[in-house]
Amino acid sequence: MGSDRFPVTKLSAIVASSSDDQEERTRAFEVLVAAYWMPVYKYVRIKWNKPGEDARDLTQGFFAEAIEKNFFARFDPSKAKFRTFLRTCLDGFVANENKAASRIKRGGDATILSLDFDGAEEQMRIAGPPALGALDDYFDKEWARSVFSLALESFRAQMIAAQKQTHLRLFERYVLDAEDEPTKTSYKSLSAEFNLPTTDVTNYLALARREFRRIFLEKLRELTATDEEFRREARALLGVDPQ
Amino acid sequence: MRWLSDGSVDRLREEADLPDLGGSKYLVLHKLGWGGMGTVYLAQDVDLGRKVAVKVMNMADPTGALATRMMREARIVALLEHPSIVPIHDVGALDDGRVFYAMKLVQGKRLDQTTGDNASFYDLLRIFQKVCEAVAFAHARGVIHRDLKPENIMVGPFGEVLVMDWGVAKVLSDADLAADPAPTDEHSELHAIEDADLIATLPLVAGKTGDTSGGTVIGTPAYMSPEQARGQTELLDERSDVFSLGAILYYLLTGRPPYESDGGTVARRQTWKSPIRPRQLDRKIPRQVEAICLKAMSEHREDRYATAEGVGVDVVKFLDGNPVSAYRENVFEKAFRWLNKNRFIVILILAYLIMRLIVFFAVGR
Repeated sequence: MGSDRFPVTKLSAIVASSSDDQEERTRAFEVLVAAYWMPVYKYVRIKWNKPGEDARDLTQGFFAEAIEKNFFARFDPSKAKFRTFLRTCLDGFVANENKAASRIKRGGDATILSLDFDGAEEQMRIAGPPALGALDDYFDKEWARSVFSLALESFRAQMIAAQKQTHLRLFERYVLDAEDEPTKTSYKSLSAEFNLPTTDVTNYLALARREFRRIFLEKLRELTATDEEFRREARALLGVDPQ
Repeated sequence: MRWLSDGSVDRLREEADLPDLGGSKYLVLHKLGWGGMGTVYLAQDVDLGRKVAVKVMNMADPTGALATRMMREARIVALLEHPSIVPIHDVGALDDGRVFYAMKLVQGKRLDQTTGDNASFYDLLRIFQKVCEAVAFAHARGVIHRDLKPENIMVGPFGEVLVMDWGVAKVLSDADLAADPAPTDEHSELHAIEDADLIATLPLVAGKTGDTSGGTVIGTPAYMSPEQARGQTELLDERSDVFSLGAILYYLLTGRPPYESDGGTVARRQTWKSPIRPRQLDRKIPRQVEAICLKAMSEHREDRYATAEGVGVDVVKFLDGNPVSAYRENVFEKAFRWLNKNRFIVILILAYLIMRLIVFFAVGR
């Protein structure tokens, strides 16, 4: 019987972000930016109450400085989770920028990252403002949303590459499309809808679910620095105690 | 990148959290519920084509102690072949180290949810009496449950009653088994389980009311006997379960656990405090039933019913309109009970007398 709660398959992007290999470092930053830019932008907009234009500059500026000064390398996993560390850095960065009266507007003329800020604004419009009591958890919640979104995107790509479109469509129909329905779609109705025997629906969903879980955990592994942090995050996101 | 609403994130989280039973004969369908120790899923047994309930422990099991304990529970339950005790089909481990077991899928409601329905007082007493029967059966096989509470009792759509979660059950010693008519081979099996009890029982602590989770005292504070709350495991016998049965009856009578507000933790239960009498909460509760409840919940175990069967017998007596052993009636109560029990005959006699009177006056005129 294995004692590992979760498989460890991918190298941590946080560890790789301080690699001597420039290519590896760049790839690691890309992974981290992809996972964090949206929570960072929304956090700056909501928590710091910044207008869209300023929040864009600050988000660009924050990641530009992180890459330039490589401050992710300062992260000590024994002290905090990476996302807590990143949020603390972000708070410090925004506070410093606020203090600097003669702040040079960052990013405005030279965008360093291609980020879909309009999409982020649209998401915020749909979701509406967070409740007052939920502000403290806002960043963590947005981070979780970002990890699930990235995992889902990767899952889609992999299922299509593996010619498992039916699995993918079933999974999306069962998990995502039924959001407004009071109860989940039954396997029986999926069977009728997809013209498949119920046993196939069960098997296809089981496979898709297993793949999604694997990809999600891989993504999480990439976004955490140590095995301990990975387990802690998995526990926080999936609600199980891996011990 | 598609935007995920909070609801979608929750659903994806739920899917990613579903245990991977690949390699076993079970396919997980969806989550049914969760508790302090584990989560229960609806699953499909692909070999037999039937639905089962699969309980997956929340923590990994690097030493194998949990798997041993689960196996022990499965073996205990296998010994208790009774219509009110849910059979366990299988025990196994996931690739990630978590232990699971598959059991019969029970469709129904937990007893604590049933009380909220329109179940009548007498329906609830009949359910309770069936619980007593199942527990008495286990006691006769030398097994005490140690975590009886409404949440561990299921009531099926046809009134069938199932006592669940034998995870912390204890097999009593030789002396306790002396009167057990079990054949020799079952005796030796009980010995094996008893040995496993010594090495494999994980320490469990009772957490908040209604929750059983990890720590040092086994059970649920609101329903456990005083000796159980004090950790006096050597004193635990059938009468400890009898106390819990009394506490369940208390819940059925009053709609609340006996120690909800002042005994929600083990520490508070370690000092004895009598529960508020059920009739103080509801005057409509019959004195006899209150007496059954309070006798089962006596502080000292020698003052309680000696067996779960004794509790059940008293409940049946009450339902049949007979005197119960826990309550001494005065002459008026005896007369009232007699009249109530023989209501039909009394009405007939009264009707006859009235008719005679009518005839008498009619003829006299």
